[in-house]
Amino acid sequence: MDVATLGNMLNTAFVFSTALILAALGGIISERSGIVNIGLEGLMTAGAFAAAVSAFHAQEAGYGSASPWIGMFAGALFGVLFALIHAVATITFRADQVVSGIVINFIAAGSTLYLVKLLFEGAGETSLVDEVFHKVKIPFLSDIPIIGEGLFNSYPTTYLALILVGIVYYALYKTPFGLRLRSVGEHPSAADTVGIKVLRMRYTAVLLSGVLAGLGGATIAMTTTGTFSHNTISGQGFIALAAVIFGKWNPLGALGAALFFGFAQSINNVLQLFDFSSQIPSEFIYMLPYVLTILILVGAVGRSKAPSALGEPYFQGKR
Amino acid sequence: MNKLIKAFTKESAVVPFIAILLGLLLGAVIMLIGGYDPILAYKSLLEKVFGNPYDFGETLTAITPLIFTGLAVAFAFRTGLFNIGAEGQFIMGMTGATIIGVSVHLPWYIHAPLAVLVGAFFGGFWGMIAGYLKAARGVNEVITTIMLNWIALHLSNYIINDYLLEPGKGRSYMVDDSAAVTIGWLSRILDDARIHWGMFFAILAVIFYYVFLWKTKQGFELRVVGSNADAARYAGINVNKGIIKAMFISGTLAGLAGVFQVLGVFLNQAVSASPTGYGFDGIAVALLGGNTPIGVFLGAILFGTLSYGAAGMSFGADVPPEIIRIVIGSVIFFVAAPGIIRWFIKRTFGKKRKGEVI
Repeated sequence: MDVATLGNMLNTAFVFSTALILAALGGIISERSGIVNIGLEGLMTAGAFAAAVSAFHAQEAGYGSASPWIGMFAGALFGVLFALIHAVATITFRADQVVSGIVINFIAAGSTLYLVKLLFEGAGETSLVDEVFHKVKIPFLSDIPIIGEGLFNSYPTTYLALILVGIVYYALYKTPFGLRLRSVGEHPSAADTVGIKVLRMRYTAVLLSGVLAGLGGATIAMTTTGTFSHNTISGQGFIALAAVIFGKWNPLGALGAALFFGFAQSINNVLQLFDFSSQIPSEFIYMLPYVLTILILVGAVGRSKAPSALGEPYFQGKR
Repeated sequence: MNKLIKAFTKESAVVPFIAILLGLLLGAVIMLIGGYDPILAYKSLLEKVFGNPYDFGETLTAITPLIFTGLAVAFAFRTGLFNIGAEGQFIMGMTGATIIGVSVHLPWYIHAPLAVLVGAFFGGFWGMIAGYLKAARGVNEVITTIMLNWIALHLSNYIINDYLLEPGKGRSYMVDDSAAVTIGWLSRILDDARIHWGMFFAILAVIFYYVFLWKTKQGFELRVVGSNADAARYAGINVNKGIIKAMFISGTLAGLAGVFQVLGVFLNQAVSASPTGYGFDGIAVALLGGNTPIGVFLGAILFGTLSYGAAGMSFGADVPPEIIRIVIGSVIFFVAAPGIIRWFIKRTFGKKRKGEVI
């Protein structure tokens, strides 16, 4: 395998990973505050839908290359909207968090397709957006062998995702906000005793997870597909959820896990270019990322420790 | 007033009905906003389901796999496990049944039972992998079952593509007549709707679910593991063995759903690019039914009826059938959070008497 192929592979890996990284960050913030977020898939769906629709209209209105950014903004907004349902149900009404998450997935899938048919006169798919993101070369850095082609010639959304990993990591571990957020997820009544507003903290976290997962979904619509249909988001939210657990609820861990999934996906693409791949049934190549994930979990990661109060509703005054 | 509010505790039997009503109401509001006629839509839905014998029979066909996958997910829930993998176990069940149905030739009294058993075992085995990994290595079953879903999909595609493919059809060969579990005379009564023995097995499965979990020692142990694993351990229950057993039974139930789809409905297995959705719908059914036997049974009937009837809504009233997903989603929501209904009642009726506390 030569250097160019390796660079290409890395590049594809980053393309696949971007949405996973963003959604996984959302999952981490929510779960660190003690709220299970199985609804990542639905939040991504909402984000991808909103992005495809608003970028299309922005493009028609002549916003040109600003259109995908408008799409990203709309994606984040729609993510928050659906996350708000999750927050109200689980935090205020103390509904079962897993149930609520599943419901979010259900309602997001149903309502977005309903709206697509309503907005695009019965079509099952939004109209194609031409003004999507293009890969941006970063001067000098893109000349580095392998990494240059692999990382520094990527979509703006990839850079955004990587920057957000840094921000979320810093916010979680180096700021008072992060300490409070984590304490709410580990021991809410202790946090309450020292004056932290548990419910408000959890609301913030769940809404932030909506922003991030919405952005994650939006990146898929704004880079690879350009449209939204029933299979634009098919399982990425669940893979992101796996990345959260795989990465042990740590942003850097989740980044690693998301990159791993992306890399395994890109191995698919590359392997198919080689002669020997014709001897391996393609189905086995498709299976590879999932098999590898299980093997790695079995071999290396083992028991992963969730935040202590994950999944427990908080009653004020409870001991 | 207080009495009315007290009726809406989680245990109450009234909540699901109010939840269904509210869900349908919400769907109607959304249809109104979208410029559709909700009354015509719901009328078309009912007409689709009950309008003629064929559609009524097909509605039963749609309900059957949901009972199985719903029970599968509920069974795991009762043992404290979240089986997102009913989808993969369903696919493996299909595959097992297809392999036996297509490649072995036997008299019907051996062929059909063998195909059912092998398919069920495939599903159970697939569930057991996740159970074993959880018990032996502590790997979270949520991740493994998600991964196993995709592995099952590609594995079954491989098996069909490379060994069972009928050239040019994109699906396996048809299973032998001796392996089919269709009920010819009943189908003929219902204008050739695809009626099969799986429907009766689904009812048996509901009974099994109840008897096993609530009337046997093993089932009791599994429920203890589910409600408090530490307590179970102190009581001398082998928690790890319980986890593996529960995932095997859960997988078997999901596998049976796939088995009967092959042997009773399609009579072949198609190569598929994406998951079938039955497993995920099973999660919804389990939640609708609160993991109780009757609840899951009724939940599957509601889910199957609404989903099948949705096609009628789009035909009769031009409403996108996806609306029904919103309805089902909100019904689950209201079932799961009876607090919302209580709050709703307080808001609407409670203002007349001030100073009341819930």
